[in-house]
Amino acid sequence: MAGYEIDPCEKCEEAMQGYLDRMLSDAEVREAEGHLAGCPYCAKRYRFEESLRRFVRKCCAEEMPPELKQKLASLRTPL
Amino acid sequence: MGVTDEEGARRVAAEARNRVRFEEEALELSDQVYRVARRLVSTREEAEDLVQETYARAFRSWRSFTPGTNLRAWLLRILTNLNIDRGRRKQRAPDEQPLEEGDYFLYNRLEQANRDGGNVDEERVVERLSQDDIVGALSAVPHDFRDVVVLVDIGDFTYQDAAQILDIPIGTVMSRLHRGRRILKRELADRAMGEV
Repeated sequence: MAGYEIDPCEKCEEAMQGYLDRMLSDAEVREAEGHLAGCPYCAKRYRFEESLRRFVRKCCAEEMPPELKQKLASLRTPL
Repeated sequence: MGVTDEEGARRVAAEARNRVRFEEEALELSDQVYRVARRLVSTREEAEDLVQETYARAFRSWRSFTPGTNLRAWLLRILTNLNIDRGRRKQRAPDEQPLEEGDYFLYNRLEQANRDGGNVDEERVVERLSQDDIVGALSAVPHDFRDVVVLVDIGDFTYQDAAQILDIPIGTVMSRLHRGRRILKRELADRAMGEV
């Protein structure tokens, strides 16, 4: 991936979602990791993104109301 | 009983067994289906209605499900189609262009706000956000983007599954997901800074 020599942090920012989704090629991963190893600025932001994704998932999980489960079961075809 | 009758009876019994198995497997997934539905619509009532309609339709058309394929994705496909049929697309301006910033935007804003508190622990800075912030910010993301973010980041679907559920190309899934997450982070930044 070109661009790390011109504006490395911007390039790393662009690679972040693909990196965390494991959608980058091996070469792209090596380049991103090469930059992250020497750049606390980007490394912090990558770690933040991981915590944020976990937090979003946790906050958005809402249990199904138990009555709904019963209603769904009552929709089954009678035997 | 003749041979044909016997075969017929066996077929009916086999079909009944398959149907029972299908219904049981579908019901086991209902918690996961509800969790996704809840974030695709605004209210709990809407989510409950949508899930009920989905299961009613799924139980009626169970024969069109191919055993061995992803049942959870099949159910979500019914659900998203029903949701779209409810006419929500009409409510949306066709040329709506949501604002988005780069992927580091939210962190940068939180770090700025925390600067007086000394060193920022990037894994704890999320705690500055409340559950209401997160839920509110997600619901402010326009539908097309939100659907993909909800399926992938909350429903744990692959890009491929999300593409099939929404009937859009995988490239569109990726671009909407990336943009949707950026829109979400901009919305979160507004909330964390008390601007909403």
